[in-house]
Amino acid sequence: MRSFRFFPGSLSQVLCAARVLWVAFSLLLAALVGHPAARAEVAQQALLGLASEEFDVRVAAIEQLVATAEPRVAVILKALVDGDLATGPGGAILLSAQGKWFNAASGEAVTKPAVEPEAIMANNALRQQAESALALLRLFSPDVQTRLTAARELLGPGGQGEASMLPVLDRALAAERDPAVLPILRMVHAFAAASAPEADRRLDAVRTLAASPLPAVRTLLARLAAEDGDPDRRVRGAAVAALAQVESRLLWGEWLGRVFAGLSLGSILMLAAMGLAITYGLLGVINMAHGEMIMIGAYSTWGVQTAFRAWAPQAFDWYPLVALPVAFLTAALVGALLERTIIRHLYGRPLETLLATWGISLALIQTVRTLIGPQNVEIQNPTWLSGALTVAGATLPWNRMVIIGFSLAVLLMIALLLSQTRLGLFVRGVTQNRAMASAIGVPTDRVDLMAFGLGSGVAGLAGVALSQIGNVGPDLGQSFIIDSFMVVVLGGVGQLAGTVFAGFGLGLVSKFLEPSVGAVIAKIAILVGIIAFIQKRPQGLFAMRGRALES
Amino acid sequence: MNDPLVVKRRLFGSFEWFLLIAAVLLAGVVVPLAHALLPDGAALRPSSYVVTLAGKFACYAMLAVAMDLIWGYAGILSLGQSLWFALGGYVFGMHLMRGIGREGQYQSDLPDFMVFLDWKQLPWHWWNSDQFAWSILMVVLVPGVLAFVFGWFAFRSRIRGVYFSIITQALTYAAMLLFFRNETGFGGNNGFTDFKTLLGFRITDPAVRATLLAITVGMLAAVFVFSRWLVQTRFGRVLQAIRDAEGRVRFCGYDTLRYKLAIWTLAAVISGIAGALYVPQVGIINPGEMSPANAIEIAVWTAVGGRGTLIGPILGAWLVNGAKSWFTMAFPEYWLFFLGALFVAVTLYLPAGVIGFFRTLRGSAGAENPR
Repeated sequence: MRSFRFFPGSLSQVLCAARVLWVAFSLLLAALVGHPAARAEVAQQALLGLASEEFDVRVAAIEQLVATAEPRVAVILKALVDGDLATGPGGAILLSAQGKWFNAASGEAVTKPAVEPEAIMANNALRQQAESALALLRLFSPDVQTRLTAARELLGPGGQGEASMLPVLDRALAAERDPAVLPILRMVHAFAAASAPEADRRLDAVRTLAASPLPAVRTLLARLAAEDGDPDRRVRGAAVAALAQVESRLLWGEWLGRVFAGLSLGSILMLAAMGLAITYGLLGVINMAHGEMIMIGAYSTWGVQTAFRAWAPQAFDWYPLVALPVAFLTAALVGALLERTIIRHLYGRPLETLLATWGISLALIQTVRTLIGPQNVEIQNPTWLSGALTVAGATLPWNRMVIIGFSLAVLLMIALLLSQTRLGLFVRGVTQNRAMASAIGVPTDRVDLMAFGLGSGVAGLAGVALSQIGNVGPDLGQSFIIDSFMVVVLGGVGQLAGTVFAGFGLGLVSKFLEPSVGAVIAKIAILVGIIAFIQKRPQGLFAMRGRALES
Repeated sequence: MNDPLVVKRRLFGSFEWFLLIAAVLLAGVVVPLAHALLPDGAALRPSSYVVTLAGKFACYAMLAVAMDLIWGYAGILSLGQSLWFALGGYVFGMHLMRGIGREGQYQSDLPDFMVFLDWKQLPWHWWNSDQFAWSILMVVLVPGVLAFVFGWFAFRSRIRGVYFSIITQALTYAAMLLFFRNETGFGGNNGFTDFKTLLGFRITDPAVRATLLAITVGMLAAVFVFSRWLVQTRFGRVLQAIRDAEGRVRFCGYDTLRYKLAIWTLAAVISGIAGALYVPQVGIINPGEMSPANAIEIAVWTAVGGRGTLIGPILGAWLVNGAKSWFTMAFPEYWLFFLGALFVAVTLYLPAGVIGFFRTLRGSAGAENPR
């Protein structure tokens, strides 16, 4: 994407710009009232300038050609960029196409010259000028789509526009009728007009720019509105007003971005902590290997992706859907195995379980490191998860939006499972009062096994989600374990609502604090906040009501 | 007949006194003297590596004793003791950094990392860190006061069990993140290193190394004897009651907050002192010392040795760290497997640790309740 830009700061190029302005204006006049023959004369003169030795003359030549806005100019400039222009006998500029030579000005074929024409070389800077000129010329193309693309290109990400483009832009704007191209062209024109010599034009430009959503507008308006910015008082005043408008619009975009980031982080925290909350509520043990279940889920996704790449590359886009059950089952199996072999024997000793599961997590991390390797593994987003939505200046990536939806879906599924199924009933019963549940016939050891598997499976699903938005390495679980613990401590156990509110709450708070104080201070502030909150309510946000005395 | 409610025990049996004094003499007198006086290369001279390693292990043993006081005797599993250890180390490290003087890379009065960061003067928390007495005072006060404040808030709201453990883990994690930042003024992720002098003596001098080892061993012995005495006082017995059944102790009229807070602060101070002795011997301190992984390792030393025995954790610290040194030299990829297996094996099969195992072999009835 090129922009028609004179790099300021170079005296020769500033002079060049001034000269172009004068030349373009006079040419414009000439073009409007001039004789066709005179026009052809000008074009010939400009063409010859292209072959000159001096850079400034060549740039001026390009500007002259652009000012005529004849259709042949685009062909000529394209040939210049591609290196197809040459100086023929008698100084005529020749154009090479499909092995034949043509007269550049008229387009007629010429016989092959006796002496090989000398090619006109263009260095990178000249090529850039020519490309920018081509973009400007495309504004006059009869095809709407071409005009639209050209206008977008000229606007660019930062809205480049120089006063020298104005005459051409004026003409383009006057001729434009298409409703899609017009607003963009107006913006391009306004950017260029903001540096126009006439104060009135600058005033109009500032007023138009007030409606632009581009962040670059703010810089431009700030520069104009400053004390030593624009010389005209009215323009300065208008710039201040426009700046206020633009800033409030951008602020809204910033807030939207922050809220979205907070929701996204919150959804991930909720997913990661859900399994932990279930197992802690049920068994009273904090599973330090929970992070590794997340990691196992992420690595399962990688495994599925690798399998798809090897055996079904055409269906690659569907690999996350296959990865979901695979990750769930793998993590659930590992969790169930863990419960049966180790945690079961530590019943009633939560502190020892904490230590034992920490040991398991060390072993799991080292296993992955030894078997697969200590580096991060590469996960590629499928096409339907790539890209982003831009709203009011905020970029909302698709994958994060899908993950928010996914975590809500998982939440719904778990909620239904806990409330509607028999297993869910048993889990709730054992969580509230294990002894009583066992006494009335609930098979507590089987419920433990299933629930632990379920919790680990949900962690595996969280791993699938994480694999789509972040790096996957052996240490993936470690970075989430402390945050998951905080969610569980804050939210309380026994009810899913606690995990939901605590997860989203912590995500939003941390994303709102981060831009002002930085990630580390935000984390510390959150920790202090949680300790303070626990003073008033040690059982967390949503505590279970029951009659069991805390041991 | 002895009144069962008033159990008066001697601090140590005569054999135990003999062992203790022999160990202290060997590690704290013979080895340092041999290192300092014998010429380099002599057959019986312990190398600087051995001396430094012994000093390191002795610091870790002190840390393990502090852990045992709060976990084995008061039932508070803290996964953040590495924080107090590292804080004590950093405070003393500041003093050692001031001791470099102008011998650093940039030949400036300010430590190298500050010159590198383009700072013009010492931050406020470095005030007076060139005074030895002040630094020693701070080594005791900084971990102590911080632990006191945290403990007061935590114990007041009756956070217990696993909730408390994970909050201490989050605390040490957050502190580690804080110390990794350059702006905090503690050397960022490089920490403090390259020490030159201590109290005017060159730190790499064999005599200084020997003295440090002697002081560390002496300090360890003192802490050990003091703790042994402490757990037999009324204070110690209430602590053990709190470990076993806090609710009942409260109903009996004791203010458990004060007891827990007292032992918690004491353990933090001991850990800080251990950290301060650790830094000049090892020669470096960085935020990795306060990582949650280090903190959990302290728990495994205590568990391996035997909670609630005081001698067990010392043994456990030496055993596990010895194994770590050996594994990381011989089979580095398998160290974490071994450590993980150790965690699981100790909690499943050796709940009373090595000491408890030997005691059951001997049929002794004197083991403390390991729960």
